[in-house]
Amino acid sequence: MRPVSYSRVADVATAIGTVAADPGSAFLAGGTTEVDLQRIHVSRSRRLVDINDLPLRQIEELPGGGVRIGALARMSDVAQALPIRRRFPMISQALLLGASPQLRNMASIGGNLMQRVRCGYFRDVVAPCNKREPRTGCSALHGVNRGHAVLGTSEHCIATHPSDVGVAFMALDAVVLTQGPGGQRQIAIDDFYLVPGDRPDREHPLAHGELVVAIEVPPTPMASTSLYLKVRDRESYEFALASAAVAISLHDGTIDDVRLALGGIATKPWRARRAESVLTGAPATPETFTSAAEAELADAIGHGMNDFKIELARRTVVRALRMVTGDPQLHDGMAEGLLSEDGSGPADGSGPADGSGS
Amino acid sequence: MSPAIGAALDRVDGRAKVTGAARYSGEISLPNLSHAVLVGARIPSGRIIGIDCREAMVADGVLAVLTHLDLDRVAATPKLFPSLAGLTAHGQSFFPMQDDVVHYAGQPVAIVLADTLERAEHAATLVQVTYAETPSVTLLDAGRDRAYEPEKIFGGLVPGRNPTRGDPEAALRDAELNLDLTYRFAVNHQNPLEPSTTTAAWDDNDRLTVYDSTQGPTATQLSVAELLGLPPINVRVVSHYVGGSFGAKALIWPHVTLAALAARRIGRPVRLALSRDQMFHSCGHREEQEQRIRIGAGRDGRLTALTHDKISLTSHFDDWAETSLESAAIAYASPTYAGGYRLVRGNIITPTFTRGPGEATGMFALESAMDELAYLTGIDPLELRLRNHADNDPDTGKPWSSKGLKECYQRGAELFGWSDRDPEPGTRRDGQWLIGTGMATAAYPVAAPISPQRARARMYGDGSAVVEAGISEFGTGALTAMTQVAADGLGLPVHRVRFVGGTTDLPNIAAAVGSAGSGATSSAVHLACVQLRDQLIRHAVADQGSPLHGADPDTVVVRDGRMCRRDSPEVGETYHELLDRNHMPDVEALGTWMPVLPMGSDHAMHTFGAQFAEVAVDADLGRIRVRRLVGVFAPGRVLNRKTAHSQLMGGMLWGLGQALLEATRMDPHTGRYANENLADYLVPVNADAPDVTIETIEVPDSVVNPLGVKGVGEIGIVGTSAAIANAVHHATGRRIRELPITLEHLL
Repeated sequence: MRPVSYSRVADVATAIGTVAADPGSAFLAGGTTEVDLQRIHVSRSRRLVDINDLPLRQIEELPGGGVRIGALARMSDVAQALPIRRRFPMISQALLLGASPQLRNMASIGGNLMQRVRCGYFRDVVAPCNKREPRTGCSALHGVNRGHAVLGTSEHCIATHPSDVGVAFMALDAVVLTQGPGGQRQIAIDDFYLVPGDRPDREHPLAHGELVVAIEVPPTPMASTSLYLKVRDRESYEFALASAAVAISLHDGTIDDVRLALGGIATKPWRARRAESVLTGAPATPETFTSAAEAELADAIGHGMNDFKIELARRTVVRALRMVTGDPQLHDGMAEGLLSEDGSGPADGSGPADGSGS
Repeated sequence: MSPAIGAALDRVDGRAKVTGAARYSGEISLPNLSHAVLVGARIPSGRIIGIDCREAMVADGVLAVLTHLDLDRVAATPKLFPSLAGLTAHGQSFFPMQDDVVHYAGQPVAIVLADTLERAEHAATLVQVTYAETPSVTLLDAGRDRAYEPEKIFGGLVPGRNPTRGDPEAALRDAELNLDLTYRFAVNHQNPLEPSTTTAAWDDNDRLTVYDSTQGPTATQLSVAELLGLPPINVRVVSHYVGGSFGAKALIWPHVTLAALAARRIGRPVRLALSRDQMFHSCGHREEQEQRIRIGAGRDGRLTALTHDKISLTSHFDDWAETSLESAAIAYASPTYAGGYRLVRGNIITPTFTRGPGEATGMFALESAMDELAYLTGIDPLELRLRNHADNDPDTGKPWSSKGLKECYQRGAELFGWSDRDPEPGTRRDGQWLIGTGMATAAYPVAAPISPQRARARMYGDGSAVVEAGISEFGTGALTAMTQVAADGLGLPVHRVRFVGGTTDLPNIAAAVGSAGSGATSSAVHLACVQLRDQLIRHAVADQGSPLHGADPDTVVVRDGRMCRRDSPEVGETYHELLDRNHMPDVEALGTWMPVLPMGSDHAMHTFGAQFAEVAVDADLGRIRVRRLVGVFAPGRVLNRKTAHSQLMGGMLWGLGQALLEATRMDPHTGRYANENLADYLVPVNADAPDVTIETIEVPDSVVNPLGVKGVGEIGIVGTSAAIANAVHHATGRRIRELPITLEHLL
């Protein structure tokens, strides 16, 4: 790997000052993606500033039912935190269905938000890639693109955003708290993730040296019965082909309120606002769910190998809605990834007990 | 003393492996060790028009940067030849860095040497290579119009056309029922846990020691010696532990000799470890292929015609195709048969062995087609196979040395609960899951080396013994099984025997490939030990001081290290007593086994088994989950029940991967694989593993080798993918004739 200098800082101000002063530097948290990218020369930081000593690990309940998650809280700690499991099971499920136990013990929640795409051409330094090297072209458009996005794409980039928990945060209108050379900011999660447009190299509106310090999830009472459904080729340690985070509030069979976000199919964690508007006020029936799914995917664009994702995403939306509304015809005895109270997976062992792949 | 052979003895090297005491080729510490990193071509076809090494040369820690301009020429052009022969065993008939031509992406174009791995990796990124690219073929479809019929494949060992039986075209025309089906297969890679690694060290006398991750130390020795122009006595290979192979290390690929050339150039030992991505273009793969099966049959399900044709992508240097047709040709008693290979040349490294090389794809095609015939005729799939059972080899008419397939079917069906199966597809539901079951036949040839196989047994004065043969332990359990064979041969308990392998200093055994390793090594070990035992018995009966003096040697048996008369066990003495009295520090014997070659035998030799699978398919989302696998195999004698079952289970789980997950995807625009890593090349994880039940039927076989060992390395993967695909059809009513089967096929 390229020669890199390393320093470890103990307070937020020093961290920000150190990185802001050197354009070739970057924050280093869990390192589960960043070190890989350095090793394969996709990231070319000359200096890594280790922020693991910063006091940003707390998970706090907020008055009114929200929660504030320190940016350095580990994925595994967040997944197991009682307020998260009680109030926002979709967050816990999304985390436990991502990566592997080892990675979850290292990876921070702030780093999860900042993770880079898994596009093979982005990670192959000799392939043209607008995200890695602007204006070199997008190899994925006509390449091996089975895992690529069908929503939020542009002619410059179709890389899928890989995060699972980002999808849950998107459904819950989380707010990203940052601190940087210009002071503190609160960024709505939907504004925190940028679609590629003609600048796929820009993924977040952050200034150099601006540090994610926490994520706040606002009170969402209906999220206590939420879920995260992840569809993928293998049972563990794989990124989603399609996923859905959903929370719903029903009254006499009618949908009062709903939150729905999709993963694995879009260039950012995708809030399904069109689907939400179809669902809100409608009867909770399979027909409504299908209409909502079709509305959300109406503008989806496939690029060959990933054409199937459009239909898969529709069906994933319908399935997630059927699950969250307790459709009795569903049998979740295996492979749904639904977690028991202790977060350890279905008791019969047929599911992803150590759930795992982002 | 109960026999050691067959017992579920724990691995003798288990403790060394789990404590890290076992040293692999990349863990050999040598003074002055330097690290080599290969730079691979980023284009699939063309010429190198410039290499700028200046920046790399001045990077910290760099010792040398070698290119085709300054690397030594090799002394011979390598020739692909399967390592089972026991001779040189080059992976392909091409050696890189001898000129400026690029034949495939990833072909080595430079070697960077530095004092640490990290510095070598960094400097490798600073080497600037410019190319003049020319058009390439990297997919089968791109070269299909230029397909040709090779005279021979598989390194010249297998004819390009199988022997034809009768007139299959006429039989197809006359058949009551016809099927004409085409199957497609993705490229597969072996992905052993340990990437291929070579540590090369020269001494002052032009003698080379190579620590290599290899399936055959002698194959490495002879191949490297040939390329370096050295006599084999100047090349010593050490390979105690290898972290899996599955065919990736069965042949000797260029990086091994490149490490030796680099070490000689800089005058320091060199370690060259391929990176995970380099493993995808440095040691072969299961090739992209398509197979067409035509079946003619009566309404009673009996085959009247079978044709099986394959087209696949090979390299520019070699006519390689994995042998997909051979087992399928003799699996059933079809009176007529024809089958042949066609090849397309492409800009890829030469394909090679990948577990079940050929049988894993060929039997998928045949067993999928047989399932279609079962539905066409309305005959139960298992009954259909029984009706077409080949009582003798349908090709030669010879009797089988052993078979056991009907027993495998019967036991498998019992274990699985096949008999009450409702054949109707798409009718069983468990919530949103559609449930289906399927079965398939497994078949794999009994191969043997063509050279003598040797082992040496030495007994010390205290009655303990060391037995040696030059094999490597690449995870199969060979060290453990051979300890058991030696113990029984000598009449000793296993703790009084140590089996040693791992260097070319020891008696020669061919590379352990084609599931032939256990048969070849156990034969030599058994013969060495029995010979040593008989030598000691003869000594005892001739020794006036022995209680056995004057006994007929044929009536003397050995139990627990004590020789005694079979009819009066109280008369006897221990090995130790004999040796001690005669002041003998040790006694040695060399065992040599001359393998039986199939063409020279009155028998046909093949291993058989039966595979059963139950799957659940998500009716809406297309997800496929395998719920149960049952495999029953008849691999002759089982040397160690535990390691044999591990081998079979590993094969079956790999079959699950082949069926549902594994695919290396070529991007024809870049000419490179797009998923050269284990995050994007999917293999099953524990959470994918179903309940797996394995049994073996022990069929006696006095033909294949002295102990009747037919091998378990590959038979486990054969047929698993077909059983799963057949179960997917039973669950959904959908026939998927492509591997892997992924959810988009079922949406």
